[in-house]
Amino acid sequence: MTATLEATAPSSAGEIPSFTVTLRVRRFNPEVSEESTWEDFTVEAHGTDRVLDALHKIKWDMDGSLTFRRSCAHGVCGSDAVRINGRNRLACKTLLKDVNPDKPITVEPIKGLPVIKDLVVDMEPFFASYREIMPFLITTGNEPSKERYQSPEDRARFDDTTKCILCAACTSSCPVFWTDGQYFGPAAIVNAHRFIFDSRDEGGSQRLEILNDKEGVWRCRTTFNCTEACPRGIEVTKAIQEVKRAMITRAF
Amino acid sequence: MQTHQYDVVIVGAGGAGMRAALESSKEARTAVISKLYPTRSHTGAAQGGMAAALANVEEDNWEWHTFDTVKGGDYLVDQDAAEILAKEAIESVLDLERMGLPFNRTPEGKIDQRRFGGHTRDHGQSAVRRACYAADRTGHMILQTLYQNCVKQDVEFFNEFYVLDLITDHDLTTEEIAAGEEVNATGVVAYDLATGELHVFQAKSIIFATGGAGKIFKTTSNAHTLTGDGMALAYRRGLPLEDMEFFQFHPTGLAGLGILLSEAARGEGGILRNSEGERFMERYAPTIKDLAPRDIVARSMANEVREGRGAGPNKDYVLLDLTHLEPAHIDAKLPDITEFARTYLGIEPYTEPVPVYPTAHYAMGGVPTNIKGEVLRDGVNVVKGLYAAGEVACVSVHGSNRLGTNSLLDINVFGKRSGRAAAEYAKTASFHELPEDPTVRVVAQLDEMRNRPDGERVADIRKALQDTMDLNAQVFRTGDSLNEALTDIRALQKRYRNASVQDKGKLFNTDLLEAIELGFLLDIAEVTVVAAINRKESRGGHYREDFPDRDDAHYMLHTMAYRRPPEASDKAEGHVKGYFDHVEEFDGYKVVLGSKPVVQTRYEPMERKY
Repeated sequence: MTATLEATAPSSAGEIPSFTVTLRVRRFNPEVSEESTWEDFTVEAHGTDRVLDALHKIKWDMDGSLTFRRSCAHGVCGSDAVRINGRNRLACKTLLKDVNPDKPITVEPIKGLPVIKDLVVDMEPFFASYREIMPFLITTGNEPSKERYQSPEDRARFDDTTKCILCAACTSSCPVFWTDGQYFGPAAIVNAHRFIFDSRDEGGSQRLEILNDKEGVWRCRTTFNCTEACPRGIEVTKAIQEVKRAMITRAF
Repeated sequence: MQTHQYDVVIVGAGGAGMRAALESSKEARTAVISKLYPTRSHTGAAQGGMAAALANVEEDNWEWHTFDTVKGGDYLVDQDAAEILAKEAIESVLDLERMGLPFNRTPEGKIDQRRFGGHTRDHGQSAVRRACYAADRTGHMILQTLYQNCVKQDVEFFNEFYVLDLITDHDLTTEEIAAGEEVNATGVVAYDLATGELHVFQAKSIIFATGGAGKIFKTTSNAHTLTGDGMALAYRRGLPLEDMEFFQFHPTGLAGLGILLSEAARGEGGILRNSEGERFMERYAPTIKDLAPRDIVARSMANEVREGRGAGPNKDYVLLDLTHLEPAHIDAKLPDITEFARTYLGIEPYTEPVPVYPTAHYAMGGVPTNIKGEVLRDGVNVVKGLYAAGEVACVSVHGSNRLGTNSLLDINVFGKRSGRAAAEYAKTASFHELPEDPTVRVVAQLDEMRNRPDGERVADIRKALQDTMDLNAQVFRTGDSLNEALTDIRALQKRYRNASVQDKGKLFNTDLLEAIELGFLLDIAEVTVVAAINRKESRGGHYREDFPDRDDAHYMLHTMAYRRPPEASDKAEGHVKGYFDHVEEFDGYKVVLGSKPVVQTRYEPMERKY
């Protein structure tokens, strides 16, 4: 990820004036109705406020029933991936002023996973795909008594995919995943990549076998939605391409 | 209501909880109950590193690490525990590497190490490279690696389950336990967020690994979910909390936001400057300067601001200067924190210094344990079958101020120890009977909160709490400011009894859970302030302007705080007689304070200079 502010932006907190912003939030509560609806909330925001701050203002000052997940609030825990103006992003990492606050900002749950309530989706199918690709180091033989050695170059080979926080922004931005929930999805492939290209790992062939499935890596249509959606700046599509190539060449 | 039976139940799925689970699930039937998906836990936000005297890049040994930990904690550290921490650090790091953790590497391929605050060679000679790291996302890698290995070992998780009660076979708030009599932990009650249903878990061993309580403050590096749940549950059930007055303020939070910027920034050469561009730490810690321990750096920064040398339009922060470092070096070693500066403040750290100010970061205190992780119910006796590890616990390896990189270490060393001890105990122990209706307290609490038709907003009370804590119980404290905070908290405790939630539903009711969490925060803030008022000295993270010196003659002791009904006894076993005994009466309960000796082995307390 790169800077989200222009070079002309003021260089300290508190200098950007306050403004009002309308959030158009997709609401769904099966205890009340089977239908989901849009609801508008207008809140006062500070210059450095993020979409999560606005959601909190709604929940804390206006409507306590608004439901969403969040924890760390600075883009490392992966709880608050939502669709903001049609794009998957972390609410805690998206500044209001960067998503055109002059018009209502739409906030919806990420797509392709069952909605439980408001912005909360069922993450189980997502984690099930993750677990299937054996996301752990596989080695044979005796454990070394000290650390395994790995050159800085070998370590760098899979650095990008170690950054994944399992927020599901990529998987739920993928058109293939929307139409076919059986597809492993980008996040699972990213996490397979993280181990396939780790020089210490010996489970690459097994993982490639799993991803060679008809619901595996070949379903990717290279639309780059995932790369665009990743809040950690992982080159997701590139990682998927590398896995595809490894499948053909068996070189990794 | 559903009931479950497990040999071991672990509450919390951060670093300590999952490290414990990897041990116990090999030996005993184990369940991990977590209010978040495990990978959301706040261990993942830790950045800089994990200390271990591997000596991969320069001479080092665990004895130096022990000394630094003891001195860093201003001699309130239990030295037997610190020795274990430093000694077992080495195996803990190697464990993680063998589990797959992608550490940064030296040119020869070994685990690389870097400098961090308070870690020195040969008892304070100069900074030493002891922190093992993975860029500035070491905690993320630890959390992911532990979760990956939990997947590998097929550990059973109950995700988005909130533990709201601890069950013991004696009421420790009122009963006097006869000498030699056992007190057992028998189970926990959990609330399933998705359905609103209660689950009772009967267990032979229970491990609390619920993390910290940073949300008692407004400006904090902590997640919204760090509300002191485990500490508050233990406290309400009559167990003591130890050393709660010691809270760490991390020097470099993003100004105005509190988001953490790792000490690794200074470990890699970053410099703190005031509005005059002066490297002010040279005045406060001439030997190791910007790499002094966090309490000293945070106080120095606050002092610069107070004396008018703060930067910015309101002169209310100082600057973290990385501009002399190569951009490539910054990208390789500090990619995440520099991105935080860009994303949240619009600052480009290659060319501009970053506005920073201390942010509430870490509770040194917590649920007292011995070195096996067993929870103490007074100064000497344990609760059988109850363990605690990580930030919720107080072993005490951090004393009055934790060194950077020692918390990722703590969760691994004591997570592992408590996991092993809990499984071992479960092998010989039998299940204890639960009370007839184990959920009675939780049902009453939830019903009352949900059914109150209208009342004050939870968020308003929480904000008032956080404001008074930031104003009155932060880096600088006085008797007056702390009493102010206590008065406010008492008023807020009353207001809390009239708080209501708007969401009255069963499904995914986060409104209700935030209200319950506020109750925990109020209790933890209260005991923090009561303990801080009672400690009339300055030590580590607790700085009293009205008592600016350390007072070993009266205060070289751990604080033990109990919450009891007004009619209960003020006694507790194992306390040092005559030292800061104090009872604070509240409306309907009291806080009883006592003390516990500090374990000293080889290091005599000395003046703390860097």
